[in-house]
Amino acid sequence: MQEYSEKVMEHFRNPRNVGEIKNPDGVGKVGNPVCGDIMELQIKVEDGVIVDARFKTFGCGAAIATSSMVTELIKGKTIDEASKISNHAVAEALGGLPPIKMHCSVLAEEALTKAIEDYRRRGEGRR
Amino acid sequence: MKRIYMDYAATTPVDTRVLAAMLPFFNDNFGNPSSLHAFGQEAKRAVEKARDTIAAYIGASPEEIVFTSGGTESDNCAIKGVAYAKKDKGNHIITSSIEHHAVLESCRFLEENGFEVTSVPVDADGLVDPSDVEKAITDRTTLISIMHGNNEIGTMQPVAEIGDIARRRGVVFHTDAVQSFGCPPIDIDGMNVDLLSASGHKIYGPKGVGILYIRKGTRIQPFMHGGGQERGRRASTHNVPGIVGMGKAVELAMADMDQETDRLISLRDRMIRGILENIDDSRLNGHPLRRLPNNVNVSIEYVEGESLLLSLDMEGIACSTGSACTSSNLEPSHVMMAIGLPHETAHGSLRFTLGRYTSEEDIEYVTGILPGIVKRLRAMSPLYKEDRI
Ligand code: FES
Repeated sequence: MQEYSEKVMEHFRNPRNVGEIKNPDGVGKVGNPVCGDIMELQIKVEDGVIVDARFKTFGCGAAIATSSMVTELIKGKTIDEASKISNHAVAEALGGLPPIKMHCSVLAEEALTKAIEDYRRRGEGRR
Repeated sequence: MKRIYMDYAATTPVDTRVLAAMLPFFNDNFGNPSSLHAFGQEAKRAVEKARDTIAAYIGASPEEIVFTSGGTESDNCAIKGVAYAKKDKGNHIITSSIEHHAVLESCRFLEENGFEVTSVPVDADGLVDPSDVEKAITDRTTLISIMHGNNEIGTMQPVAEIGDIARRRGVVFHTDAVQSFGCPPIDIDGMNVDLLSASGHKIYGPKGVGILYIRKGTRIQPFMHGGGQERGRRASTHNVPGIVGMGKAVELAMADMDQETDRLISLRDRMIRGILENIDDSRLNGHPLRRLPNNVNVSIEYVEGESLLLSLDMEGIACSTGSACTSSNLEPSHVMMAIGLPHETAHGSLRFTLGRYTSEEDIEYVTGILPGIVKRLRAMSPLYKEDRI
């Protein structure tokens, strides 16, 4: 078993922001090329600020905890701020991840990047 | 919190009676069995008694039993030992796609060193077809190694039939019986095997001891060179307390073998039913009937095994999974792939292995808790659609 930090276990036990948003403004769905897991992140944006974020994840404890943490980190942030959040920042916020589990946090970062891209693309469409 | 151990295939606790039998051999009777004085001879008698017990259990004669450091060494010793002893006759080895890593990696080592290895496939239940083995035999084949009971999915191979083929074709046959040793009963003649590996710590004995049964007349190239112990087949000072412990463990297993086998089968089947009936989109992995008495392996769709395992661990329940997320190379178990499971299904596999201290209440408790855990994780899963019909 992986040695998970207290924080990881806490987020695994009580993940924040699980679920889906009605009419999301951006959706990022990614598959993990390493072990084959899947994460879906949805965001709601008002005036350039992420007001809500929800996730669904099929993956290990670290994947669930990083998904949960990423939603916490981006809520209330502007799109620009959120787009600068790296997987390392997410892992750090969780008190670190076992080295073999770092790729799970990459999944969270990619889902975020995709959700933001999707949001921006939709914006262009509206213009 | 209640703690329930359901990972007996990983290891078992040392039975207190085994421990009591071992203790004197750490200090009071500390002699080296190779010494000629009384201290040594006392230890030697204990080693030989253990050897006799184990030989009697599998229907062998005592000199056919070699003590090793465990199942992995026994497998290495059998496979490399026969391959090298017979290298003038041929260089081809047959094994299956669901062997334990100790066998697979030994075969890989041989491949890197000029041998050829054929790995026969298994069907969806994990069974090897003996006719595939027969077809794979060439005039260069010297060894067939097919396991008895699979450690992950529990499927028990038709070793007697495979052994019969091997014998007719003049090929040496080895079986890894690490999981089946101790329950159900083992009879090397009925199984037609020439070599058989077993381990102490899977049968309520200590870690660090195992045996390799070598049928009289079967030559192996030894790899431990030294003081000539074990008739020159495995040099090294005997692990006397370990050997005594393994002997005692076998003696205890033999005492109520049939009853315990029946008891485990009934618990196993109850647990399988309890899971499949209460969790939709779940399936049994491995053969429904031809399986180890203590093995329950299920796949639960739309959820991942490590998350399941962590959630169960939080409830005090210990089990294991074949999920990619828990393996060191982040690939799903080779056994799950070999039986043709899609990645996602392999991901959601859980193995519960029962043992001497598993009770009916334990089964009830675990099958009662699991559906709630699955529901919680499915609610988080992007693969699960609740409004599915
Ligand atoms: S999601 Fe597979 S290892 Fe984390």
